[in-house]
Amino acid sequence: MHRENRLVTINKLVKKFDISGGFLDQLKIENKKIVRKKTFVHAVNDVSFTVNKGEILSVVGESGCGKSTLARVVVGLYSPWSGEIFYKDKRIDNLDGSQMLSYRKKMQMIFQDPYASLNPRMTVKKTLEEPLRFHEPSISNSEIEEKVLYVMEQVGVNPKWADRYPHEFSGGQRQRVSIARALMVDPEFIVADEPISALDVSIQAQILNLLMDARDNFGLTYMLITHDLSVVEHISTRVCVMYLGTVCEIAPVRNIFSNPLHPYTQALLSAIPKPGVKKKEHIKLKGEVPTPIVLPTGCVFHTRCLYADERCRREIPKPLSYDNGESFVACHGVEEKRI
Amino acid sequence: MMEHLLEVNNLEVKFKLRTGELTAIDNVGFTLDKGERLGIVGESGAGKSVTGFSIINLISKPGYISGGEIMFEGKDLTRVSEDVLRHIRGNRISMIFQDPMMTLNPVFTIGEQMAETILAHKNISRKDALEISVEKLRQVHIPSPETRLNQYPHEFSGGMRQRIVIAISLLLDPAIIIADEPTTALDVTIQAEIMELLLELCEKNDTGMILITHDLGVVSQVTEKIAVMYAGRIVEIGSTENIVANPLHPYTKGLIKALPGSRGTGEKLYQIPGSMPNLTEMPKGCAFHPRCELAEGECFSKVPELIQRGNFRRLAACHKF
Repeated sequence: MHRENRLVTINKLVKKFDISGGFLDQLKIENKKIVRKKTFVHAVNDVSFTVNKGEILSVVGESGCGKSTLARVVVGLYSPWSGEIFYKDKRIDNLDGSQMLSYRKKMQMIFQDPYASLNPRMTVKKTLEEPLRFHEPSISNSEIEEKVLYVMEQVGVNPKWADRYPHEFSGGQRQRVSIARALMVDPEFIVADEPISALDVSIQAQILNLLMDARDNFGLTYMLITHDLSVVEHISTRVCVMYLGTVCEIAPVRNIFSNPLHPYTQALLSAIPKPGVKKKEHIKLKGEVPTPIVLPTGCVFHTRCLYADERCRREIPKPLSYDNGESFVACHGVEEKRI
Repeated sequence: MMEHLLEVNNLEVKFKLRTGELTAIDNVGFTLDKGERLGIVGESGAGKSVTGFSIINLISKPGYISGGEIMFEGKDLTRVSEDVLRHIRGNRISMIFQDPMMTLNPVFTIGEQMAETILAHKNISRKDALEISVEKLRQVHIPSPETRLNQYPHEFSGGMRQRIVIAISLLLDPAIIIADEPTTALDVTIQAEIMELLLELCEKNDTGMILITHDLGVVSQVTEKIAVMYAGRIVEIGSTENIVANPLHPYTKGLIKALPGSRGTGEKLYQIPGSMPNLTEMPKGCAFHPRCELAEGECFSKVPELIQRGNFRRLAACHKF
């Protein structure tokens, strides 16, 4: 893929959360000496990938694998511990607040729970106006009004309801409003964190269709965070599989579903229940997901992997790239051709 | 005719509100045989959990069962005394809830909670009760159950907790397990394990199961029969295979067509317009008519009956068949 096609690139991104507490909580006794030790949650470890213009990159993984943290770091809601984030060719993770503003306008986020992400005391109109007034103070009231009505129509919320409050809407309608809020400032890149998992089954399809329409009409690029693999199979261009803060595998959606390479991807895919398909044997993983506070040595997946050997326990696997760097997999077993 | 293990007829559940009475469950009926597994599918608010709760009369005020009968082992559970019910709950019919952290008491060890359940129904020693508990924990594949028995719920992961809840529900070898969204709070890989475990145990002990869920994928892997609920009524009921392969009711058709994966990648998904009506503002006639493409004539005025349709042993409630 050509360089100019890159929209967002992240390079060796790390995010840790310090959970050591106060000074006294940090003191531990080791070898009869008092030492000060900090405790971290290793949410995202050394993650690198590129989001290309116009694609839908889905990030999948089980709860606690760091996918939501990754989303928040990418849009700048959390600052990274180390690593770099580029928007087109410009590095943006080290910018200060005012320099960052113009990029915040280009990158918008849609959250999971439309009950929590809309201010209950603001009408739909106010909610939609706010980002535009903030980012473009010079714009006139009539233009704002016009834009609000236009975007409401685009997302399928009746513009007559602009003066209503969020509680007057159903879950699906609220999610439409929060998508509208993201679209108000003409973004290029949208990070959607589980946008449909709080919605009822018959409503999920409506919102997925809306997201795909918005991509076509507004020329958007998505990074979609989800745990629902059937959604991923349906709408994404490429898939990034995460486990315990680490990327296991990135590949175009067809390859992931037809020929998953990483043992974790294989297990994850075999666990999807599909209507009409009688119970098939799914790959059973050993044990449970380890805590991100004390990461396993070597490959983070080795404690549950069916193929793990001595090298997996010792050495962190390097991403093995193929397809012109569009896909990669991080697994010793794949590299040694034993999986 | 062979007698069914559980037979629910014309069940009606109402809630008393200040503004009047609300019918949450309307004319619901189904049967369950020994060892059979029934799935109740629907969106939130369709009444599937209320149906499950009403079987062992766990409907709390202001709700109450206002009509119909629930026949189980020769008794009508809507008419028996609280004492008889207490003997049936957890013993003959047990329940698994969605969130295992809410089901388990955080201040008692697993062992205490398990022994308590057994001792409430059986006149045996505490030691024997704990022995049964260990045996059941082993059945749900909890490693080293003897030591785990002395631990508290917070010391287990989500998947382990749900296994413990399953072990508790199996303690007294019930005839029926009612599982209300047992895997919704869990991840896909854990979900697959838990469903497999439930299936294995039900098959081994010939236990009947009512699985309440919104996930058609889960239901079709585990159950033999599906009841689809919409706005407090069953709109279609039949064998799982038939319903998934050849749905009759427009709502069921819509639900299956709307699943991602039913169409080619990147294509637009089929969508059911609108959303489920609020129980306080139920539309006249068929409750689904405002969202139905086929609605006409009597759909707007007359509630359709759940009657046999087609060649299969299947019931659907739709005028437009």
